[in-house]
Amino acid sequence: MAEAGCHSPPPLPSPPFSRMTRPMRPLADFTLEQDAAGTSILSLRGAYLVSTVGTVDAALRAIDGPVQRLDLSQVSAIDTVGAWIAWRIIRDSGAAVTGQSEEAHRLIESVSASSGTALIAPPQVPVLERVPARVGEAMYNSRAGLIGLLGFLGAMLISFGDLIRHPSRFRGKALVHQIELVGVNSLGIIGLMSFLVGIVIAQQGAVQLQQFGAEMLTVNLTGRIAMRELGVLMTAIMVAGRSGSAFAAQIGTMKLTEEVDAMRTIGVSPMEALVVPRVVAAFLMMPLLGFYAALMAICGGAFVSAFTLGIPFLTFLSRIQEVVPIHDLWVGLVKGPVFGFIVAIAGCYQGMLVQGNAEEVGLRTTQAVVQAIFAVIVLDAFFAVFFTELGWG
Amino acid sequence: MSQSRASDFPIVVEGLRNVFGDHVIHDGLDLTVRRGEIIGVVGGSGTGKSVLMRSIIGLQTPEAGSIEVLGQSITDADDDDDIDIRSRWGVLFQGGALFSTLTVAENVEVPLREFYPEISDELRHEIARYKVMLSGLPEEAAAKYPSELSGGMKKRAGLARALALDPELLFLDEPTAGLDPIGAAAFDKLTRELQETLGLTVFLITHDLDTLHEICDRVAVLADKRVIAVGTIPELLALDHPWIQEYFNGPRGRAAEAAQARAAVLDNSAGRGA
Repeated sequence: MAEAGCHSPPPLPSPPFSRMTRPMRPLADFTLEQDAAGTSILSLRGAYLVSTVGTVDAALRAIDGPVQRLDLSQVSAIDTVGAWIAWRIIRDSGAAVTGQSEEAHRLIESVSASSGTALIAPPQVPVLERVPARVGEAMYNSRAGLIGLLGFLGAMLISFGDLIRHPSRFRGKALVHQIELVGVNSLGIIGLMSFLVGIVIAQQGAVQLQQFGAEMLTVNLTGRIAMRELGVLMTAIMVAGRSGSAFAAQIGTMKLTEEVDAMRTIGVSPMEALVVPRVVAAFLMMPLLGFYAALMAICGGAFVSAFTLGIPFLTFLSRIQEVVPIHDLWVGLVKGPVFGFIVAIAGCYQGMLVQGNAEEVGLRTTQAVVQAIFAVIVLDAFFAVFFTELGWG
Repeated sequence: MSQSRASDFPIVVEGLRNVFGDHVIHDGLDLTVRRGEIIGVVGGSGTGKSVLMRSIIGLQTPEAGSIEVLGQSITDADDDDDIDIRSRWGVLFQGGALFSTLTVAENVEVPLREFYPEISDELRHEIARYKVMLSGLPEEAAAKYPSELSGGMKKRAGLARALALDPELLFLDEPTAGLDPIGAAAFDKLTRELQETLGLTVFLITHDLDTLHEICDRVAVLADKRVIAVGTIPELLALDHPWIQEYFNGPRGRAAEAAQARAAVLDNSAGRGA
């Protein structure tokens, strides 16, 4: 960089900003004086660079009164930012320029096409207007969202129908792969989580039941709650967080990179290739995972009972057979596939909605998980009433 | 390194070696870039042009070799030491790499905010506006989000961000890839104009033979894991290396050359007429 200035830089205090470790440059400075003829001359001095003008800009803006001449002969270095400042002074005051170097002239020329008034960001609407507008928009969009979801379900049913008529088009490999991701790979975390939840329920239940001398009912409590509710519900939440989010993010990213469009043009239906295997995998895996989670929770309960209640591990398990009615198992197994279906649909639907930018992927993934867990819990409440009415209480 | 050598040669790469797993990308690569030139880097796909650029700007730690940029060693520096060089170069990535949640002007303001927080909001906005304009975008584009821009506009917006700090060095990764010929020619012209106006040194990765003929002062050829030759296109053609011959003398190479020759003839006749 040409450091040669037209005058030797005066000794200066260190710059007020610490991150700048460039070779020290003279700071920007200026003087405003009147010559004998009464012309006011603004002389810029020193380096007018992006790194130096920050401190002098406010003072230059604060100049009031006319400037008839802008003298640049003492500017030791200039870049486009310095040129912009010079140009702004020329434009606002109509001053004549003197002493500009060839470089300064060239740079001022190149920045002078900017009017300096364009908007930096789309205009902000005031809060009073923005909030009702948002609410209205959300309401309006929710209708479109509902129609979209119905359309998505319909398209998926059609795909299922097509696949039943043309079973050879079914993507077995993709299904097996998804089964591995949704089912097999989550065994560890779901097992551990359920085991711990089983421990908590048995231990806390025992503390309360002991007050009635009914600690043997801990077995009933743990067994029934694990089979009916907790196993499948906790699993659904886990699968929503683990797999539902992954579905949304995967499909969303594929939308962004136009992979989904590429599939369509080749004649592969994204519904068949992406959505159906995921939905089927979740549908098949959820009851198995739910049952497995229930077993792990019971094991956790048995484990803690062996220590706190003195019920031997195997006695606890054999009592389970006696106190848990078989319909509790059915309740869990019926809910499993439904929850799996909901989680997968939410993930795939939100993934398919992604368009535009990377932020959208994150937004849709969050939506997928929130919607899935919300729908699962609402449906669980419905199922609880439904099965009790059915006599499976 | 002496100051004068650094000021004449802003980029000096010596003995660079990059390895991914078992795959050797660069081995004993040397390259020196002169101040104020536009150097074009060419090479077949997978010869590590982008890896070379990433090594020079410190995104990729090479296995061996030394890289000095503007007199500072990139290979020896820990992160904090790099920062003051980072304010002296600008990088345009292939897709523009704009921050998608910010408008074009806000993208340009990011480096300004980062390095010079003392600049007032008002001045920063003004800087962003004229940088957007310098990059050949209409000023209204300043308030647009990247998703609202076409591919060519994204590149120009990326260029505006790369120029935000008035860098001495500009890295361009395939700037004309994916642009239509008119857009590509306009981008070439813009690069040349900016290089002349702002006194930039430009490190340009490209596959575009027109770009090479049109604006590059020298061309570095990457092959056999190193830079096999650096020079003007006629100098390279005199070397008789098979890849270079095929690259510049293939049908596309000849077409680009012919276009260049036609442009030169037109310039001459226009000059005589005047």
